[in-house]
Amino acid sequence: MNRQEKERYLREYGQLKAKGKPFFPYAVAKDGAMAVLVMAIIITMSIVLGAELGPKADATTTTYTPRPEWYFFFLFELLKVIKPPALVPLATIGIPTIGMILLFLLPFYDRNPERRIERRPIALTAGVLTIFAMGFLTYLGASAGPPSEIDVPVPANIAAQGPKSLAAFKAGQTVVAQSGCGGCHKFGENGNDGPGPALTEIGRRLPAAAIARTLVNPTAPMPSYQGLQESNPKQFDEMVYFLSSLK
Amino acid sequence: MAKLKLPVPPIPPQLKPLPKRPGKVYGPQTPLEHAGEAAATAVGWIDERTSLSGAARWMMFRKVPKGTNWFYTLGSATMFSFLSQAVTGIFLAMYYVPSSTRAYESIRYINNDVFLGEFVHGMHKWGSSMMVILIFLHMGRTFFFGAYKYPRELNWVIGVVLLILTMTMSFTGYLLPFDQRSYWASIVGVNINGTGPLVGPYLSDFLRAGPNFGATTLSRFYAIHMLLLPGAIAALMGFHLYLVAKLGTTAPPWQRATSSEELREEQVSS
Repeated sequence: MNRQEKERYLREYGQLKAKGKPFFPYAVAKDGAMAVLVMAIIITMSIVLGAELGPKADATTTTYTPRPEWYFFFLFELLKVIKPPALVPLATIGIPTIGMILLFLLPFYDRNPERRIERRPIALTAGVLTIFAMGFLTYLGASAGPPSEIDVPVPANIAAQGPKSLAAFKAGQTVVAQSGCGGCHKFGENGNDGPGPALTEIGRRLPAAAIARTLVNPTAPMPSYQGLQESNPKQFDEMVYFLSSLK
Repeated sequence: MAKLKLPVPPIPPQLKPLPKRPGKVYGPQTPLEHAGEAAATAVGWIDERTSLSGAARWMMFRKVPKGTNWFYTLGSATMFSFLSQAVTGIFLAMYYVPSSTRAYESIRYINNDVFLGEFVHGMHKWGSSMMVILIFLHMGRTFFFGAYKYPRELNWVIGVVLLILTMTMSFTGYLLPFDQRSYWASIVGVNINGTGPLVGPYLSDFLRAGPNFGATTLSRFYAIHMLLLPGAIAALMGFHLYLVAKLGTTAPPWQRATSSEELREEQVSS
């Protein structure tokens, strides 16, 4: 804004302000009504939803999956949308930092004196796109299960074979979940759809031996589980048993 | 000594007090009038020594442009939700113990044994969501109404700082119940900070109070959540509000002074 535009704005604003009403009691009454509404919503939410407490923090568990407060979902979800490990710092810090800098400096690069949103097409597009992106990422974060949690129904034939098979199935499920397979593969309701194929019915397509071969000698970029097979063959066998029974 | 004179609220004429009849004795008569006189004297006594009535008049009786709508209440609603958080937070702090061994038990004690404990805890928990929603709505209103433009640029910058402080507030508060959910979410959050460029590792070391997530981390989060951030937010909110009063509430962007109906009529008739 140049000096002329500044003076024009101040003059026009001065006229509008002179014709206005005093803050007290007119604006105060509106603000008060809004405050009562806000208080009523907070009290209702507290009564209806309560403040439930989860199990006590335990530093030794490795299976618990962290979930942030819902208004951080959009940041959390950026991690999942951006998959290559080299770009992860970009998602965690790069994009939020750039967003923050853009937000801070907004009055300094948007020097257009126009204030009506219908005459500010760039601001309108950027604002609406930001709202949609954040809303969409929040929705994704709210609806998706965390990648290190797998909870598939036990197949009927496993349950029929008795508690020993069931225990092996559950043990394999835990190993698969902890190995982070859900980061790239889908297991029923859990895990991410891609870049790897869905493993919901992998046992129908591949026999156990083929699954074991693929785990040891996979297609890039999947990591090899040869190390696990050598250091802890029992866990490796449980993993293969779990995957081959997914039908 | 100038007395603080309040404007008469718009009440119907039937309810207005009648003017005094001529020949009547002036000065306070009934006990109610005596009480009113005493209150006015007390206010006058304070004002004579502080001169605060000028500031109060400047703040309360400033004019707000015509056409301001309900969107303009979002800022004060955010401030109100912050005050609600402050009050409920004080009551929670009376029972909370910031120690990694006893924090969870103290919250469980608040929820199960303290009178209205779960209610106040719930108000604090859901009030934080409310404040985050309101601050985003307030920012959206400012953005779409172009209210961050000249001469209010500095107020926008302060508002962005307040937004970051509010998000930091909810991040540090999330750990305090010390259940599984909050514990693991905070570890991930601190680790995410650690991946940042340059200051990232130092920032996460500062938050953790060392290389590992331990007992001192909780008291550090507690101090930041209880002392540092509320003080910073209250101070910046005060400055934000001062600037609003100083620069004036923005008029809605579609409001035009020269094209208003009365002025056009005046121009036609003159």
